[in-house]
Amino acid sequence: MNPIYLDNNATTRVAPEVLEAMLPYLREFYGNPSSMHTFGGQVGRKVRGAREQVAGLINAAPEEIIFTSCGTESDNTAIRSALATNPGKRHIVTTRVEHPAVLSLGARLAQEGYRVTEIPVDAEGCLNMARYAKSLTPDTAIVSVMWANNETGVIFPVEEMAAQARNRGILFHTDAVQAVGKIPIDMKNSSIDMLSLSGHKLHAPKGVGALYVRKGTRYSPFLIGGHQEKGRRGGTENVPSIIALGLACELAAQKMTRENTYVKFLRDKLEDSLLEKVPRCRVNGDRTNRLPNTSNISFEFVEGEAILLRLDEYAICASSGSACTSGSLQPSHVLRAMGVPFTMAHGSIRFSLSIYNTEQEIDTVIDTLPGIIENLRALSPYWEVGDAICARVE
Amino acid sequence: MWEYTDKVKEHFLNPRNVGEVENPDGAATVGSLACGDALKLTFKLDEAGRIVDARFKTFGCASAIASASALTEMIKGMTVEEAAKITNQDIANFLGGLPEEKMHCSVMGREALEAAIAHYRGEPAPTEEGKIICECFGVTEEEIARVVRENNLRTIEEVTNYTKAGGGCGGCHEAIQEIIDRVRGEAKEIIRPKLSNIQKIKMIEETIDREIRPTLQMDGGDLELIDVVGNRVLVATRGACASCAASHLTMKQVVEAKLRELVWPELEVEEVSQ
Repeated sequence: MNPIYLDNNATTRVAPEVLEAMLPYLREFYGNPSSMHTFGGQVGRKVRGAREQVAGLINAAPEEIIFTSCGTESDNTAIRSALATNPGKRHIVTTRVEHPAVLSLGARLAQEGYRVTEIPVDAEGCLNMARYAKSLTPDTAIVSVMWANNETGVIFPVEEMAAQARNRGILFHTDAVQAVGKIPIDMKNSSIDMLSLSGHKLHAPKGVGALYVRKGTRYSPFLIGGHQEKGRRGGTENVPSIIALGLACELAAQKMTRENTYVKFLRDKLEDSLLEKVPRCRVNGDRTNRLPNTSNISFEFVEGEAILLRLDEYAICASSGSACTSGSLQPSHVLRAMGVPFTMAHGSIRFSLSIYNTEQEIDTVIDTLPGIIENLRALSPYWEVGDAICARVE
Repeated sequence: MWEYTDKVKEHFLNPRNVGEVENPDGAATVGSLACGDALKLTFKLDEAGRIVDARFKTFGCASAIASASALTEMIKGMTVEEAAKITNQDIANFLGGLPEEKMHCSVMGREALEAAIAHYRGEPAPTEEGKIICECFGVTEEEIARVVRENNLRTIEEVTNYTKAGGGCGGCHEAIQEIIDRVRGEAKEIIRPKLSNIQKIKMIEETIDREIRPTLQMDGGDLELIDVVGNRVLVATRGACASCAASHLTMKQVVEAKLRELVWPELEVEEVSQ
């Protein structure tokens, strides 16, 4: 059975043309791009081409792109670089809803003696901008704020935030792995200094990412090694995946309109239909200011893992912010930061779509999920007919 | 993705005995919405005192639902006394095992069963008593100690897997470690074979001769065993020890410690003049 794949914020399928483009570089063109001979040199030219393609998607210059192994490496590189090049500054500003690639690094840096400020969010998942403005100090080395949240899809005003940081002489990094390819990004007209992106979120394979570093930004490498990436990232290039990332970025630029029309239409249809058909559920996150592909819905009084595994019986793939799916025993840090009540947080399901989804697939989910919720609610000691009892439990 | 057994999946997809027994003889709800899982168990007895019907309602993940379904199947046909002997491991075994991180689901089943039996007997629910150790998930000292004892747990991580305690802020990790150490210390004593009086006296004599006297004799002192009364070991000092002002310290720190370690942990050494 072909899966109905609605978990594209976790990872995406490799686009068929992307796979075709990378395969020759696993088979016959295995040369090292740094080699002097033509056999390797031709590979080096393809890597340069890929750099131009990645730069093209975010309107940057090719030399501002450093290839990395993943979004996490890009995030770590950016933040560590800012601290290394600003040795007198001991303060970092980020948010409470970042990806662990930034949050866990922040916790580590706090252990190392840095002061870390995490900007809170409101019930809609939007950042408290007053708190942000107050958090910037002369001691602040870097601000790192995600462009869009992976769980709710809520888009943050990173341009406005970056401009504020620049006014105070503070570097600004954004983890844009969920935003790149889904919404327009224009680094030529931006105050952002560094930006992370990841291949497998935009139909390239896992294990490749990139870090944009604005020309003129002081930089300190994370991986120390050879002269690859102009000494900015040691290690032989992951050539096939870099070529794949280049093409995936070019395709994403072409398909961005489709992302914001077709995918958005499917997402809205799914969301509106479920809200209509299933009582006592709600959308987590600001619906007006969101990625076009993401919907995070909480179904009250049922548990997320149970929903996912029932959906799995129909080969429907999604994810959940419930405690049981993480193994951490507590629901998602994003939903907790938003103050989503426990009755809702444990029953949250994230659907994240892509251009490969069909309306028929969405209709199948709309037909299947309400029955699953009803069935699980029949098992739940908290679900009784009538809101009076629900209110009492709350 | 969790590695669930086929039996867990089967009970999750087709749970048995869902609902509530009307006019139950025993009923209890454990867990809470905040904790992420909860179980309501009800049962009814026949004239012979056997559980004739048992039903459950669960808010929780696949393994919580499967554990509750399994529990109701297991207790049907049992007397209350038989059901009271079911452990969380029995529930996990019935399902062909649970992932370590999900063992707390089987513990929730056992807790609900105990609470429902307590309700039937008119006793207070066992988990309501005791000092709360884990504030995040409301787990008491007694619950932790019991799970450590019954499942032979060794680490804080295991305790978290079985009870959730320590899985939130982590502020109680030290307290959990103390409970593990205490329970495991008790366990060691229980394993120690019980000694007869003759055996005990012989072992004390041997230990003094082998481990203690040679050391004392090196300093020109000596020790003689006078008598053993229960756990009281009466000894007399000789030679240099007899006139040594620090001899009572030697008795406590060296002689008593050695005898407690090698013979019996409750021995007390007393110095007598003979």
